[in-house]
Amino acid sequence: MSAQLTDTARVQTAASSGPERRVNPFLRAGLLLLALLVVLALPWYIYPPVAMDILAWGLFAISVDLLLGFTGLLSFGHAAFWGMSAYTTGYIATQAGVPFYVAVLGGAVAAMVIAVPTGYLAVRRTGIYFAMVTLAFAQMLYFIANQASAITGGENGLQGIPKTFFGIDQVETDSFYFYYAALPLILLGAFIAWRTVSSPFGRVLLAIRDNPARARALGYDVERYKIMVFVISAGIAGLAGGVFSVSHGFASLQELAWQTSGKVVLITVLGGIGTLWGGPLGAAVVVLLEDQLASSGFEGIGIITGSIFILIVLLFRKGIWGTVADLVTRLRSRGGRNA
Amino acid sequence: MQMSCTAEHEEVLVSPSPSTTQSASASAAAATSALRTVDLTKDFRGFTAVNAVNLDVAQGTVHALVGPNGAGKTTLFNLLTGFLTPTSGQILLRGKDIAGQQPEQIAHLGVARSFQITSLFEQMTLIEHLELALASPTGLGYRFWSSRKRLGQFKARAMELLSQVGLADRAGVTAGSLAYGQKRALEIALAIANDPELLLLDEPTAGMGLEDVDRTIDLVKQVSDGRSVVFVDHNMHVVGSLADRVTVLQSGEVLAEGTYDEVRKDEKVITAYLGETGDTHE
Repeated sequence: MSAQLTDTARVQTAASSGPERRVNPFLRAGLLLLALLVVLALPWYIYPPVAMDILAWGLFAISVDLLLGFTGLLSFGHAAFWGMSAYTTGYIATQAGVPFYVAVLGGAVAAMVIAVPTGYLAVRRTGIYFAMVTLAFAQMLYFIANQASAITGGENGLQGIPKTFFGIDQVETDSFYFYYAALPLILLGAFIAWRTVSSPFGRVLLAIRDNPARARALGYDVERYKIMVFVISAGIAGLAGGVFSVSHGFASLQELAWQTSGKVVLITVLGGIGTLWGGPLGAAVVVLLEDQLASSGFEGIGIITGSIFILIVLLFRKGIWGTVADLVTRLRSRGGRNA
Repeated sequence: MQMSCTAEHEEVLVSPSPSTTQSASASAAAATSALRTVDLTKDFRGFTAVNAVNLDVAQGTVHALVGPNGAGKTTLFNLLTGFLTPTSGQILLRGKDIAGQQPEQIAHLGVARSFQITSLFEQMTLIEHLELALASPTGLGYRFWSSRKRLGQFKARAMELLSQVGLADRAGVTAGSLAYGQKRALEIALAIANDPELLLLDEPTAGMGLEDVDRTIDLVKQVSDGRSVVFVDHNMHVVGSLADRVTVLQSGEVLAEGTYDEVRKDEKVITAYLGETGDTHE
């Protein structure tokens, strides 16, 4: 009887637990290796600047997932951090002539600095109000950037951002080599996100996501945790935004626009939230699709991505990664029962 | 008969709200009170949910809060644990006013609570729940750079707590897959994890079958050893078996206070209960 009970419990556990946990460690290591190989091979098969875009947007989506999937906070103003870093990185790179690593890290720090007051104000609200506060803050930054044209270039943006890299010509001029030079920054961001979610801190975040009142009753200062993860997330978004601006050689107002905030949320949900894997997958789909549609001269890109988004939300509520992981789990448990 | 009854609850009514003796007895009461409220009031835009409540929970006793629905029991609980801020009045924990403090601060002062509606982390396993509770006072939760394996240091104590509430064999399953009674037991395990001095249980037997109710009574008896407990319950069998003192609330005010036997004979209490739910009285 008790054995039977435990068995039932195990099946329920497998079905009810999120895919980010209780994954076979070998499977996880295999996936990680595969992901790394794909990332390394990407610029051989895809036009390198597009491959770079996939990674930057993928990391940006990971930063949103950290809030949305792991803490239950929907930021609709993450363009603020991506854009803040894009401009700061560009400014440092053009003014100081330092290697772009330094510029991007400087951009990420700037994003974290502005995330402190934003987070402080936003975490006092939940749900749609949280989203509105973050959006309002991003819009504010957008208009400031538009006005401060002496630094930001206003409507023209900040142009001619150099890919300074210890005098190595290939990296500075060839986007194929630049991809590999920038890769460690992206991996650093992904590592920070992974480390965060698989730490005791990450466990508290899940508790806050699932039941904030209970977390408080256990003695966890929910607002403080939310501010901390908000700032970490902003730093990761900043790494992504900085790499993006160096890769393109310019930072424009588009980086701070609400459409950018919307796009990264779309990518994150499309890929599947609460997984970290979802973001890069969603980014690959959206960036490649936009690239294909743009090169075919099609004007209504938004209509296509919007329709796909609606379809995914209606049919695959857990996003691409969540749906695939579910399928695998179901197939494996069916196989186990037959055997 | 009529006369004696009136006299009796006059006596009962006098004891909880003598505003004249408050200041004089404040220091004396603080020494023996685990928790005391002074004219605690919560006003929701004109609706007074808790009105000038004076509650005194003696150290080491089990104190029940009863009353019909809407009497203000849960509001009072939320005030005591910081989930609501009082409009006026004091909440004295070992003589120190904690009114206006945040729930997480109050939790660190040795006050733990359970929730009326089962309130768990559905996706987490039981052992993870308790590790999280045990890690709370250590500050380990802030370590975003450490491995979550560090939480494993609490495993032994977590298992002890789980066996104490009879859930040791379910340690690895998620809370979402527990039966209802087991969820309530996990609530209690979480509440006692950090050995609180004051334990607040909001309807520990709500929605339980008879068998689970008796098991929970035993469990609460066991965990109330050496600490002060305040609990809310509608089940008079539970109140009768557990409570040293009972405070009856109605419309946000203290209607009566005393031992269970005193209170159940109180005419005002009988009226209040017959008006709402007659048969829960027995």
